[in-house]
Amino acid sequence: MTIAQFAILGGLLFSVGVYGVLVRRNAVLVLLSVELMMTAVNINLVAFGRFYDNISGQIFSLFVIAVAAAEVGIGLAIVLLIFRNRSSANVDELDLLRW
Amino acid sequence: MDFSLAGNWVFLVLAVVITAAAMYTVSTRNVVHAALALVTTMATAAAIVIMLGGEFVGWVIVLVYIGAVVVLFLFGIMITRAQVGKATALDHEGNVRVMAAVVAGLMFAAITYGIVELFGDAQLPEEGVVRTVDIADSMFGRFVIPFEAVSFVLLAALIGGIVLARRDEER
Repeated sequence: MTIAQFAILGGLLFSVGVYGVLVRRNAVLVLLSVELMMTAVNINLVAFGRFYDNISGQIFSLFVIAVAAAEVGIGLAIVLLIFRNRSSANVDELDLLRW
Repeated sequence: MDFSLAGNWVFLVLAVVITAAAMYTVSTRNVVHAALALVTTMATAAAIVIMLGGEFVGWVIVLVYIGAVVVLFLFGIMITRAQVGKATALDHEGNVRVMAAVVAGLMFAAITYGIVELFGDAQLPEEGVVRTVDIADSMFGRFVIPFEAVSFVLLAALIGGIVLARRDEER
């Protein structure tokens, strides 16, 4: 098994996540695409940890998972609050701060 | 890839499944299906991580992502979907889709070019299973300060989530 096949798979997942972030209108689905990108990063961290025979890759993968969980909690709370105030969870309708 | 190795066949199957599930996640018109496709993506990602020797990390992905994050997403979908009504309004209209596909495709091409230039066909080490006890030794030894910092991040997220989502009675 080569390192490139795992790294390219991570890159593919990350690109799919970028596409989802750009194309989705619903804020919950945007957060879901961000989770895809975080998963891609996790796969890359573990793969390079194996490649360099270094345990730090897996440790940082665990940190990324913890931060992703916190991010989802806060993100969904914010989406909920916006939905409650504006009856919409579409990112293109949230132009309150646009000049 | 060398297809005389069983590991490469396993990788091929997992790669096809994870790519299909990820693409379904970002393209489906049904929000609940998107969250359920994310379950497939995460389970396959956990399988790939276990394949790379990260047994503990793989099961943490199963527990945290499939067990907690996706359930949270389903709650968020149930709460915010009520008045969206027509499911066709999930994506941006017009040529945003084409632009996003171009951006994502260019990014994938750049990443692939960089990786192939840098690593070529460098092989992974044969033996690389990391035991949980090694992770524990490292986590509570060298990485104990970041570990405590992450615990504070989680505490702040917990309090912040409660403060944000709570309904104020007095106002």
